[in-house]
Amino acid sequence: MIHPIPPGTRDVLPDEMRELRRLHRTMIDVFESRGFGEVATPAIEYDEVLARGDGRTADSAYRFFGERGDLLALRSDMTVPIARLVASRYAKVEPPLRLCYLANAFRAVRPQRGQMREFAQAGVELIGAPAPGGTAEVVEVLEATLDAVGLDRAVIGLGDADLYRQLLAEFGIEEGARDAVLSRLAAHDLVGLEEELSRLEIGDEQVATCVALSQLRGGGEVLDEARSLGGAAVERATARIGETIAALEARGVSDRVQIDLGLLRDLGYYSGAILEVYDPALGHVLGGGGRYDELLRRFGVDLPAAGFALYLERVHVAQMEESREGEVR
Amino acid sequence: MSVEVAGMGHAKSEGPLKLAVPRGALLGETLDALDAIGVDTGEARGDSRSLIFETPGLTLVTMRPSDVPTYVEAGAADLGITGKDVLLEQSDRVVYELLDLGYGRCRMVLAGRKGDESLGEAERRLGMMRIATKYPRVAVRHFEATGRQVEVIEVKGSIELAPLIGLADGIVDLVATGRTLEENDLEVREEILECSARFVANRVAHKLRAAEVDELTARLRETVAS
Repeated sequence: MIHPIPPGTRDVLPDEMRELRRLHRTMIDVFESRGFGEVATPAIEYDEVLARGDGRTADSAYRFFGERGDLLALRSDMTVPIARLVASRYAKVEPPLRLCYLANAFRAVRPQRGQMREFAQAGVELIGAPAPGGTAEVVEVLEATLDAVGLDRAVIGLGDADLYRQLLAEFGIEEGARDAVLSRLAAHDLVGLEEELSRLEIGDEQVATCVALSQLRGGGEVLDEARSLGGAAVERATARIGETIAALEARGVSDRVQIDLGLLRDLGYYSGAILEVYDPALGHVLGGGGRYDELLRRFGVDLPAAGFALYLERVHVAQMEESREGEVR
Repeated sequence: MSVEVAGMGHAKSEGPLKLAVPRGALLGETLDALDAIGVDTGEARGDSRSLIFETPGLTLVTMRPSDVPTYVEAGAADLGITGKDVLLEQSDRVVYELLDLGYGRCRMVLAGRKGDESLGEAERRLGMMRIATKYPRVAVRHFEATGRQVEVIEVKGSIELAPLIGLADGIVDLVATGRTLEENDLEVREEILECSARFVANRVAHKLRAAEVDELTARLRETVAS
């Protein structure tokens, strides 16, 4: 007899579980060997506490009432719960703090899209280490993790979360219109972006700058190309990225980093450097991260922070695809 | 961390880029555009029943226009060409829209029977119109945005039939010349949006094969400009 489970959830059977467990152990070993201690937090939290971290994801979370009528929510990532944990438990500890996790998180799904409501993420949070050194350390751990799981062709995209908000402000675009432009940028709808920008009272040159910036990705030459487009916001963002790259080079871990000025993450807490991870064997993003220097302040501790998370199941698929392609090559 | 959690895609990274080419109304002009940038479309133009055509530097994969976002999102095709109507109807598919190719121009419209007031009457007396369409999401979004309640009836075949025999008060459909509407005694009541062919890319291919994608985009852009 078949007893259904909700779409977007799944059972894991022994063959897969064995491989996932091995992956889990490999990743946590890398994190631990670099001084990141593993933590666990409850899957259920108070809704108002999670919303403090990121109001924007609040509409996709699962919420329900506890037995005393409290509004509870399932966590939709681990970064916000860890920010909460640090503020509660480590407020007086000398930074930096290095924490890691492998945990399930929950997001609302669109039906019939094969999206997962429950998925596992493995990641690290480095709290109290400012840019660019802290960012470089996080990227170094990320690279070591990708190597350890056999994804040596994976690429890390590095962008800047503040670039477009500041650029649009510089163009004198007010906040409401700015959000419409940012959402086109986030979706990478270049045709729509151009339409949206043309509707605003800015010059053709500024429209072209914005569109061109979003297409700049590659090595260090990208920063020069960006600078040639001009403007204070571009200058600041490229300077920040340049500093991050220099810090990565100092650690010898800049090889697989691709600068990507089109990067825009859709969570509300990012600032400064943002990261995305791709593998040529997989059509989807493996994970991402970046800096969230403002997040901890929302919980009452003023510390800069950065981190990344990889989707465990996607890393597993990529690993399998890579080993298959390896046999063919 | 961010990123939507969708199904797994299995991209292949070696060899020429794979371009999803729409069969049907957009096929001719798509092949013309490819010719214009020097892609050999001879085989694809033949009456071969193959679906995949290897050309130097680009693999053409032909499919229904509505399947293009699916293949491109998953990375099974690196790039694709399809109508804006398809992209809007499947707006939850994550593909990068790089270029308006300019051809395949048509309008998404609300149409009703000529001289027939059932659209207005249904709205006035029943507070609700029945709309038949192949584009339920575009239709729902349009009526929500204009503050009207509708019952959207999804049909797969000739939509013109629906208002003629009383399934619906009106239709939301794509109109190029307007001849089909004319022949079925229907007329345009509202313009919803303009559509044309778009060049789209898989998110990972756009990052990892940046130079090739940019080069192809630039060449296609020139054909649009000329």
